[in-house]
Amino acid sequence: MKGLKRSFLFIPGNNPGMVQTADLFDADVIIFDLEDAVAQSEKDSARNLIIQAFTTYKYKNCETMVRINAVETEDFELDIEAVCRFELDYILLPKATVEDIIVLDKKLEMMNSSTEIFAIIESAIALETAFDIAKASKRVKGLLLGGEDLTADLGVVRTKEGLEIQYARNRVAVVCKALGILAIDTPYTDVVDEMFLVQDSEEGKRFGMMAKASISPRHIETIHSVYAPSSKEVIYAYRVLCAMKQAKKKGFGVFSLDGKMIDSPIVKRAERIYQLAKKMGLKVSGVEYDA
Amino acid sequence: MMRKIPKHIEGYGEVREFSGVFSDMNVKKLTQVHVKPKCPGERKIFLSIKEFFDKFPPFDGMTLSFHHHLRNGDSVINLVFSVLERYDVKDICLVSSSFFPVHEPMVKWIESQKVVKIYTNYMSGPVAKCVSSGKLKYPVIMQTHGGRARAIESGEVKIDVAFIAAPSCDEYGNMNGVYGKSACGVLGYAHVDADYANHVVAITDNLVPYPNTSIEIFQHKIDSVIVVESIGNPKGIVSGTTQITKDPLGLKIAKMAAKVIEYSGYLKEGFSFQTGAGGTSLAVAKEVKKLMISKNITGSFASGGITGYMVEMLKEGLFKTLFDVQCFDLDAIQSVKENPRHQAMSASLYGNPHCKGAIVNNLDVVILGATEVDINFNVNVTTASNGMIMGGSGGHSDTAAGAKLTIIVTNLVKARLPIVKEMVTTITTPGESVDVVVTERGIAVNPKHVDLIEILKSEGLSLYTIEELKEMAYSITGVPSEISFENKIIGVVEYRDGSVIDVIYPMKG
Repeated sequence: MKGLKRSFLFIPGNNPGMVQTADLFDADVIIFDLEDAVAQSEKDSARNLIIQAFTTYKYKNCETMVRINAVETEDFELDIEAVCRFELDYILLPKATVEDIIVLDKKLEMMNSSTEIFAIIESAIALETAFDIAKASKRVKGLLLGGEDLTADLGVVRTKEGLEIQYARNRVAVVCKALGILAIDTPYTDVVDEMFLVQDSEEGKRFGMMAKASISPRHIETIHSVYAPSSKEVIYAYRVLCAMKQAKKKGFGVFSLDGKMIDSPIVKRAERIYQLAKKMGLKVSGVEYDA
Repeated sequence: MMRKIPKHIEGYGEVREFSGVFSDMNVKKLTQVHVKPKCPGERKIFLSIKEFFDKFPPFDGMTLSFHHHLRNGDSVINLVFSVLERYDVKDICLVSSSFFPVHEPMVKWIESQKVVKIYTNYMSGPVAKCVSSGKLKYPVIMQTHGGRARAIESGEVKIDVAFIAAPSCDEYGNMNGVYGKSACGVLGYAHVDADYANHVVAITDNLVPYPNTSIEIFQHKIDSVIVVESIGNPKGIVSGTTQITKDPLGLKIAKMAAKVIEYSGYLKEGFSFQTGAGGTSLAVAKEVKKLMISKNITGSFASGGITGYMVEMLKEGLFKTLFDVQCFDLDAIQSVKENPRHQAMSASLYGNPHCKGAIVNNLDVVILGATEVDINFNVNVTTASNGMIMGGSGGHSDTAAGAKLTIIVTNLVKARLPIVKEMVTTITTPGESVDVVVTERGIAVNPKHVDLIEILKSEGLSLYTIEELKEMAYSITGVPSEISFENKIIGVVEYRDGSVIDVIYPMKG
């Protein structure tokens, strides 16, 4: 896991304008999509476009991911060959199963690739085997909940309120927490009516999601504001890190703050919040950021 | 400025080359006007254009003027010329504040060299294409809105007959633009024509009983009134509502521009502001509105062409007044009709550099677009990169000169073309009057503003030199190959003070 990840922005892999400007929308991770956003007749040209883009541009201030086509499709092999031709941070595997992850892992091994994997949980069986999917390869660094396909599989109506995916959000979040990987919430799919975007983003966070996918660059700012730490959290994180520095100077292995012992998970959380606040340029009284 | 501008241009005359934004501020004189007094009972009305021309016969070499408030819905130019076909008249000079695609019938007048000279502030569509291909006998003279008013007031441009489209008019010529089926709002560009043409004609499709009310141009300026069936197509005159862009790049640029305004120090009580009707410009207005609300700021005025969005800000008390030279949508028309704080202004009051103080002089911040910007901050909004005319200054140069902070908002790359480049194809607005360029990939500040550069840097904005922005654009598009142009000048770009800032050559082939 490299940089901070709050937002994952899908960019259609066959749209030259968007592929060229993908890193301008401030998303933490860009997902170049070769799957659902690309018609079957355009898969080849999308692969070519992405190869050209990656070999021409250096995407700045973000990480990159490609959503390849599912293992069972004819495009899977072609996609893997394409993405192994350039430097890529992550592959996003749709319709993931345990077996699919194993296939993908082997394939990447064969290609001598170090690219890591995120898996989309978008069926009832995938949800119930999410733990195994995530454990099927060391490359798996996170799960993305695919709310639209999951509700279709369940035969329930997808609503803006999202009651029908509460369990799925919770389950994915718990699995990821258990394995120390990233839980990514399903995107908010209405690009016209953005009324429920804040509510939908907050709902995911409430259930333990650590980031959110997006299909619109216009949603990124809201996602970041929802996943931004509060001033109180930033101040506390800063104090934890300062206390840790002091303790290290004095050669103490353990230390306390406000009368409470500070252990490793609290330090990790503090580090994450501090880095997040720094990246977001949050101005919080009394908090100074490293250069 | 390294431009190849001859000292004399055939069909234009002696050239006074541009030498600085405020280099010509000596005492000026207004021209004299012919006035044919009217006796009581003398009628002004004509029931057709033909009836008018039968009484006042057209003649070779005459200069006719028109305003563009009916925009792409205008029928007046085409109507007048469809009647002129019946007369053997040639060497006509046309002074129209703009040309739109709807004016396609004028192409044959240009090709047949019956119309030989054109003054305008903006042109797009077939007329622009025809002129760009060198078919107009003499070079088109591209002026600014304020520059047109100045040229007419000074007598540099003498108008024989001004046809003023009047959406509401009485038989003695009292007119407004806010009522009637062809309502277009304020008639700001027509005032100077009414004041200085030798013969002023109100042409209307909505004759109302005397006296008209809400009069914008009064009867004492009007010689004749022509009644026709229709002066325009409402669909092309105004849009229903002007929309804020949803393009994420446009929104990003708008947010960055708003931050520049916020940190510049101009966003304070009494703030004055102008922005265009384009989607990105409106998005800047939206961001500025948020800032004004959060900082509890009441602005003094907003100006220019007015949109529903600015009307909303007026209603919400964010600005004390609007100065409106033309209405862009139905909300603006409704507002100027009802709200005394929404005030009409003439083009001269708006941007004439040689009046006793134009509104643009009181502007704090203006947001403007660009077709090209160069490393000297010169802006082109007149031609495409192949030299084809597809616009014009309008109020661009006027507001840039007057405002304390001129911000250009543009994509760095559009349709695979670099927008920031070594040298613009045509200079419309001089870099001297441009302060900041905001693109989706970063901001460049004119190096003369050392303080602003420091402030924006300290606030963490993505600042680059204009050369760096150019290099960034070229790294995406490649270096544009040089285009060869013909030697014949097809256009003269006049700066607002009447000096020549550039000339336009057609592309070879």
